[in-house]
This record gives sequence, C-alpha cells and structure tokens, in this order.
Amino acid sequence: MTLSRRHLLSLMAGSLAAGALPVRARELPVVKLAFIDPLTGPFAAIGQNQLQSWQFVADRVNRGNTAGVRFEIVPFDNKGAVQDTVNALQAAIDQDIRYVLQGDGSGAALALSKAVSRHNVRHPGKEVVYLNYAAVDPALTGSDCSFWHFALQPSVPMTLQAMTDDIRNRPDIQRVYLIEQDYSFGHQVAKYAREMLARKRPDIQIVGEDFVALGQVKDFSPYIAKVQAAKADCIITANWGPDLTLLIKAAQQGGLKADLYTFYASSLGAPSEIGPHDAGRVKLVYYSEPNLPGTLQSLQKGFRDKYKQDFSVPVTYTGLLLLTAAMTKAHSIDPIKVASAMEGLKFHTFNGEVTMRAADHQLLQPIYVSSWQPVSAANPYNVENTGYTFALDHTDPPAQTTLPAQCTMQRPLTTEIYPVKPPKVRASAVRGGN
Amino acid sequence: MDALLLSLLNGLSYSLLLFLLASGLTLIFSLLGVLNFAHGSFYMLGAYVAWQTGQWLGFCGGLLVAPLAVAAVATLFEVGVLRRVRAQGHLPELLATFAFGVVLVEAARLLWGSASVPYGIPPVLQGSLFRLGGLEFAAYRGFVMAVGLAALGAAWLLLWRTRIGLVVQAALTHAPMVSALGHNVPAVQTLVLAAGGALAGLAGAVGGPLLITEPGMAAQMGALLFAVIIIGGLGSLRGALFGALLVGELQTLAVAVNGSLADGLQRLGWSAPAGWPAASGIVPSLLHLDLSRAAPLLPYVLVVAVLAFKPHGLTRALGRDEAL
Repeated sequence: MTLSRRHLLSLMAGSLAAGALPVRARELPVVKLAFIDPLTGPFAAIGQNQLQSWQFVADRVNRGNTAGVRFEIVPFDNKGAVQDTVNALQAAIDQDIRYVLQGDGSGAALALSKAVSRHNVRHPGKEVVYLNYAAVDPALTGSDCSFWHFALQPSVPMTLQAMTDDIRNRPDIQRVYLIEQDYSFGHQVAKYAREMLARKRPDIQIVGEDFVALGQVKDFSPYIAKVQAAKADCIITANWGPDLTLLIKAAQQGGLKADLYTFYASSLGAPSEIGPHDAGRVKLVYYSEPNLPGTLQSLQKGFRDKYKQDFSVPVTYTGLLLLTAAMTKAHSIDPIKVASAMEGLKFHTFNGEVTMRAADHQLLQPIYVSSWQPVSAANPYNVENTGYTFALDHTDPPAQTTLPAQCTMQRPLTTEIYPVKPPKVRASAVRGGN
Repeated sequence: MDALLLSLLNGLSYSLLLFLLASGLTLIFSLLGVLNFAHGSFYMLGAYVAWQTGQWLGFCGGLLVAPLAVAAVATLFEVGVLRRVRAQGHLPELLATFAFGVVLVEAARLLWGSASVPYGIPPVLQGSLFRLGGLEFAAYRGFVMAVGLAALGAAWLLLWRTRIGLVVQAALTHAPMVSALGHNVPAVQTLVLAAGGALAGLAGAVGGPLLITEPGMAAQMGALLFAVIIIGGLGSLRGALFGALLVGELQTLAVAVNGSLADGLQRLGWSAPAGWPAASGIVPSLLHLDLSRAAPLLPYVLVVAVLAFKPHGLTRALGRDEAL
C-alpha cells in the first residue's frame, strides 16, 4: 500500500485536530442516552420540552459528578407511535447506545420494555438499560416487569393513593366524574380510582366515565356538558398534552364549577390555560411542586433562563442522579452492572431521599398534593408567568403511597460482563474503512 | 333534554367553525382543481397572527388583521409558486401546497415555539350567553356562531349577488369560455385562493381561543377538513355546509350519548343471542363499545361509507350536478 502525500497530510491534520480537543472531554468516559419520545405530532411540544429537560440536567450533571462520566443525550423521534419506538430503539442500539430514556405513552413504554428485554437476552454483553421517566401503567412494574426497566415516576395506583387520600378528607365531594385518555394508562386510572374510592369513601358516587381518543378530540364541550348534566362536583383526569389543555378550556367556557384533580396540570402549556377562574379548584397530584426549596429552584431558574419555558419534568434530574450514583457504586458504566447497582439504591434528589425499590424497579418518592393559587410570599414560583402557582396542600411521604410490589423479577444469572464475542467480519470492515 | 339541546348548540358552533374552513377549501378545489393541503396551515397561521397582533391592537384588531394577513400570504403563494407549477399539471400543484403547508407549520414553530400560546377569550366574551336548565351556553360559542353565519351570508351574497360572483361561478365550470369572453381567469383564481385563505385566517382567529393555538392545530384540523368536504361533495359550497354540520353534530352527539350500539339495538327490540360473550371477540366488542369512545372515528367511517356508496358526496347525490 502506498501512501500518497495528500493522504499523509490529511492523516496529520486529523491527529492535530484530535490533539486540540480539550483534555477533560477526552478523558471522561461518555455515556450516551437515547431519548425516544414524540418530537413531531400532537405531543411534540411536550416531547421537545422533555428533551430540553434531559439536555439541561445532563449539562448540570456534566459539570462534575461522582461517577466521573459525561452524559450525552441523543434524540430519536418516535412520533408517539409504538412501532416507531421499537424502530428507534434499534437505531439507538446500532449507534452503540446502551441507555434508553422514554416516557410518553404507556403503550410505547410496554413495547419498549419488551423489546429491550428481548434484545438483552439475544445479545449478552450488549445489554441496554431503559429508564422510564413518565409512563406509569402499573403493568410496567407489575405483570410485565423487567430487570432492565426502571420507573422514575410514581405509578398510577401510587398517585391515586395520594389523590384518593385527599378526597377522603373532603366531605364536600360526593359525585365524581372520570375523564381519561382511551388507552391502557387511562383505563388503569379509571379502574384504580373506582377501586380506591369505593374502599375509602363508599358514599361517593362515580357519576360518569368517559374515555377520549388520545390527541384526537378538539372540542371537549360535549364532555363538559355531560359532567354538568351529571351534577359532578369533582373530575379526576389523568389527561396530558392538548387533551388536558382543551379540557380545561372547555371547562372554563362551560362555566364548570367542579374541582379538577389532575395528574399533569403542571405539564407544559397547561398552566397557561388554567387562569384565575380556577383558583383553588384545580389540584395537582405529582412527585414535585414548583415551590420546593433548594435544588429545584436553581434548576427551574436555570432552565427558564436558557429555554424560556418551565422546567416541568424535574424527574429527569433524579434520573441522572440515579445513574451517576449507580455508576459510582458499580465502578463501571457497563449497563448490566449499573442496573444491578441501581436496585435498592437510596440517594438524595430535589424532592428528598428516594429509593429505587429492588423488587419491581419502582422509584419511591414523596407525592405532593397542591392546588392552583395566586403567587404569594410563601409560594413565590410564578408558573408559566401566569401570576399563579401550585401551592402545597400536603405532602405524602413515600411510606404512605408505597404499595406492595407485584413483580416476579427475572434477574440475569450473573452480573459479570459476559465474554464479548469476536467482532464480525462486516463490523471490522466498517471500522477499518474509517 | 336541556343537555341534548345544549350539545346540539355546541355542535352547531363547532360545525360553523368547520364550515368557515371547508368553504374556502372547497371553492379553491373547484376553481384550481387542487386540494389545498396548506389549508390547515392557513388556519394555524390565522390563529397565530390574530394572537400576535391582538397583543398590540386588542382582540378585534387581531380578528381583522388575521384574515388580511393570511389572504396576503395565500396571494403571494398563488402568484409566486402555484402559477409557475400549474403548467406541469395538478400533481406538482398538490405537492406544492403540501410543501407550503409544512413550511408554514415549521416557520410558526421557529417563530412562536412548539408549545401552545396563551391565546384566550377576551373578557367581554367570557361568561355565559344564556342558561338552559342548569347548563351554561358560553358567550364565545355564540360569537363563533355569529362569525360563521356572517361569513356564510357574505359568501352567499358575493357569489350570487355580484358580478364578481357571477364570473367566479362561470369560471368554476367553464373556465376557457370565461377566458375567451375577456375575463382574467388567473386573477379569479388568485382571488379565490386569497378569499379561501382569508376565511381560514378568520377561522383561526376565532378558533384559536375556542380550541388551542399551537403548530399541531394545522395537522389536526387538516385531516378533519378533508373528511368534511369529501362527505359534502368536493367542490360544492352547499356540500361544505352540509358536511360541516354533519361532522360537527355527529362528533358532539356521539359524545353526548351514553351507551353503545348494542344498547340502541336492544331498545329497538333486538336481543343478543344466548351464549354470546359480552365483551370478547370482534363483533360483540364493537357492538358494546361506548359510542362516546368512537366519536373521533365517526367522520372517517362516514367518509369511507360515502366514498363507497355515493362517490360524489352527499349533496351531489341529492340531485344537483352544478358545482354550487
């Protein structure tokens, strides 16, 4: 093989450029995280905000962490569809990404969890770990639980536990209406809400139940008319995205007086629609509330300065802390070791001490019940610059909302890294071509 | 009963909003021979422009500026792009409108962000217009109905009572003859696209506060619009009105009804054969599906049915073969 002068020069230029890289960046091992969520379609706004949240907390954690790693978020658009989610996983694996972040839509989450488990069985030594930061179908940590899946947000029954505990102490609520999205998640919410209310407040009547097609309904006024006709004094809704904003808008136009217990009233765009009319009536039951002192305030401020939006998915921060803590404990960035290290891990994040339960990989954390109120000295955070905020009613510590684990976990026989097979000819040919 | 009446009224206001959009789309189709895929984007643009100018000029200002701005954009698009590609036939035109729609949506995303903007109902129009039983009919919905009816009236007057309308009507069906008589048909085409754009802009300006103002509104409305004009009959203004009313009321009433197809059949005297599983298998589970859950699906089911049995749409089948 003869080297032409041009070839030699380009090689030299390449090595010069590599040498010019900052020393730090070259030394720290890079952990790539594939972000798989809708970046186009009806839920694009939420997906973009979530992506920015991950990128923002990655920047934060990259400033210095105990694991000595640098996180890099690689976005993939799943268009909110199940098939595209699985395709995106394959694309991520092809790029040698070993950690996956996904949250929007329990249907996509279930498919992804299964695809990840299948991949890990078939490709020992190439395991992938899935951090689920928003999908809350209890099947994910129950009947369909997987060793490779870690749930960062409280599951449906945990949130409903906190919500129904709050409703139990409100004798003024007698008639409850359920409006949920028509997929596994919404049906789980309806099922657990009925069960828990029947147990805690047998006098409460469920006066109606409607399932709306995900992201399809534009005019919610007929639903509000039904709620009014049923004389409900409380709506429980786990809607998110436009399905929540449109519901709130229609409720205002119809002059609805019922309380609104929501899972996601703080999600992007929803607070802007709530307004003064709903002060005290819109409740948020969530793993965070915007006036928590300490780390959250600095995160919210930093995010708003950078992206001009609210930092509405703070669990992203918890997710990266979980990874760094586990990597520190495991002295490794290998997914199989990190996954084992995450089991039972206790660490501190923006909402206090949290535990990744080993039995079902569900993060146990406080749940806050807060209500829509004007900004005050005690609750200063101005949500989406509306002049209003979610003011804390009470906090449910983890012990109060923890439910028994329902999972029979299949763990790998060994967490030692499997012997890596010799690279295939084609792979080495590709590498040689570079 | 009151709840049903209120639902009908709510459905009517939504139908009239759909009609504002569908009327422009169907006129453009009859005159230019292309489905304007950018129509949903015109609607979105109208909402954004109305919101943005509303910050400076108030709600009414936004309501006036939005149709004009969208009409201007539509005119530029017709003169600058559509005329150039028209020589190559309808397919490039169709693709051009599709591409332009995507460009508008992405431009809005860049300018105003992908989250929804707080385009709200002005204080004057908040609250209720009247009460039915214990239920309120929102004042803003009344306003949307008024705007829709005014636009319907204006379109009717313009098309049937003016010389311009006469030329447009003639150009719809006999373009070469109108051209031979000395009228400027390309100018008429530009005018119709601009007018369609203005109607879409107006629909956006009134629909933004009613529904939601975000880039996704273009795609959401776009699909439904095609259903409306296909059901009504492509190219027919009456069909657009008919289709809009049908789709709007169907969606609203399907939600308002409690119960499933099986319940309805039972009321008519039909009973499930003994031994039928109540909720498993395709046919029983379809029969027992709550109608309210299927509401967003119904317009598209109707499209398939109409295409299968009356391919020219419902109004043409009702007995008129004229375009209008």
